[in-house]
Amino acid sequence: MSSKYLKAKVASNEKIAEGIYRMVVEGDYSANPGQFYMLRAWGVEPFLSRPISIHGITDAGIEFLYEVRGTGTEIFSKLKAGDELELLGPVGNGFDLETIKGKVAVVVGGIGIAPMYEVMKHIKDSTVDFYAGFRDEVYSVDYMKEYADNVIISTESGSVGHKGYVVEQLDASKYDYILSCGPTPMMKVVKEMGEKVGTPVYVSLESHMACGVGACLGCTCNTKKGKERVCKEGPVFLGEDVSLDD
Amino acid sequence: MTSLKVNINGVDFKNPVIAASGTFGFGEEYSEYFDVSRIGGISSKGLTINPKAGNEGRRLHEVTGGLINSIGLQNPGIDEFIELEIPKMRSLNTVILANMGGGTMDDYLAGASKLDKADVDIIELNISCPNVKSGGMAFGIKSCVAHEVVSEVRKVTKKPLMVKLSPNAEDIVEMAVKCREAGADSLSLVNTFKAMAIDINKRKPVFRNIFAGLSGACIKPMALRMTYEVAGAVDIPVIGMGGIMNAEDAIEFIMAGATAVQVGSANFVKPDIMLDIIDGMEAFMKREGIKSIDEIRGIARG
Repeated sequence: MSSKYLKAKVASNEKIAEGIYRMVVEGDYSANPGQFYMLRAWGVEPFLSRPISIHGITDAGIEFLYEVRGTGTEIFSKLKAGDELELLGPVGNGFDLETIKGKVAVVVGGIGIAPMYEVMKHIKDSTVDFYAGFRDEVYSVDYMKEYADNVIISTESGSVGHKGYVVEQLDASKYDYILSCGPTPMMKVVKEMGEKVGTPVYVSLESHMACGVGACLGCTCNTKKGKERVCKEGPVFLGEDVSLDD
Repeated sequence: MTSLKVNINGVDFKNPVIAASGTFGFGEEYSEYFDVSRIGGISSKGLTINPKAGNEGRRLHEVTGGLINSIGLQNPGIDEFIELEIPKMRSLNTVILANMGGGTMDDYLAGASKLDKADVDIIELNISCPNVKSGGMAFGIKSCVAHEVVSEVRKVTKKPLMVKLSPNAEDIVEMAVKCREAGADSLSLVNTFKAMAIDINKRKPVFRNIFAGLSGACIKPMALRMTYEVAGAVDIPVIGMGGIMNAEDAIEFIMAGATAVQVGSANFVKPDIMLDIIDGMEAFMKREGIKSIDEIRGIARG
């Protein structure tokens, strides 16, 4: 039995944009791109661990890109090199990168950019157009350029790139596959654009979670097969299989 | 030799630490993370006669010292449980409690009849789920209604019958006594507390059903008090639960009179937390020169 419950040390934790941090955790990791970890850096308060997607895996350790949203992520943001944290994982299914090939669009909104660095690294023998939308401040995009053939930026404020939503830049018919992660309304539009032209869309969902291992059924979403667990059958679903309605 | 062994209604448990229903699936999920055979038992995800999709919308909300859930008894139904889950649970080599909920008396009777013939050690009758609109908790509020459902279920099964009580009962002691009279072989308590949360940005309740069930460390003092009261009022085994986070918490419940404990939300804090609790209980007993857990059961009652 291999324990997937680990203690590890923070190697670095830097603020890269307002409320956005990139943390590197020491250790030797392997995971499917698109999987995530349940992280905690505290005792019993806050009560639950936080599901954070894998941003990248390198020889130095594992990288997490996260947004400060509440008590847990606030604590993460204050961690310094040498601080300890606990990891449970990798959990979830990740993207099926055997299937995803050809002309690929990766479409993200805000912190939805987080899982896609590791994902894009593993898309082989394909062309990857990377579409990223932000409210105002753009982050991590330079980092992503390494694995993208084209980078298309949108900001709602117009500060960088196209002024408006990221989906306004996308022509779904040009692609064999589209991978998307970000706010649910954005993914819903991407999914519908894909369905209209017959391009498969994979979405990576986010949900409030307690156990992270499939036991509590707290994070389920509606799919063609009924309720499925975002932490176990997901977080990656084929868009046409999952309902993104509230 | 320190012994943590307990016997509940003729069923031997290697130790008194049981995974609480709804927090441990059917055990398989956690078997990837630790040796599940070391725990005393597993109470299955709450089962209903027919498969149940559970509640829509947000299902979890974290609060200080715990969480509120509105899962709504999502489960594959008793037939699938018997066919697919029991064999897998058996291979985990620990005691199986089949936790069964329902919306109507007919549901309870049909479910109990099927479980009576199934390879489970104990039926844990859940008359206390706060997240099922029709029935559910109604059975767990009024002791006369509880008496009726337990009496009827008693007639259709010879399996040990553990009744899981709601902390929302009008009078938990009267509830316990009535369930005992109706034929319960043991009692487990408490289920979650009826609670709510409001999303101040959306200006509306977090959960579609408005109310949901609170669990976690924050409920422990109340759960302990109820366990103490009930253990003093009935002569059948009482299994205490509610916010048990460590060995000290578990020992408190035993000292209040519980035969065993169930651990629920703490599993979300650390997957193998029940092993810490078992080891911690054993260490406490060794340190204090206690050979059998029987020596400390109810000891705080004076």
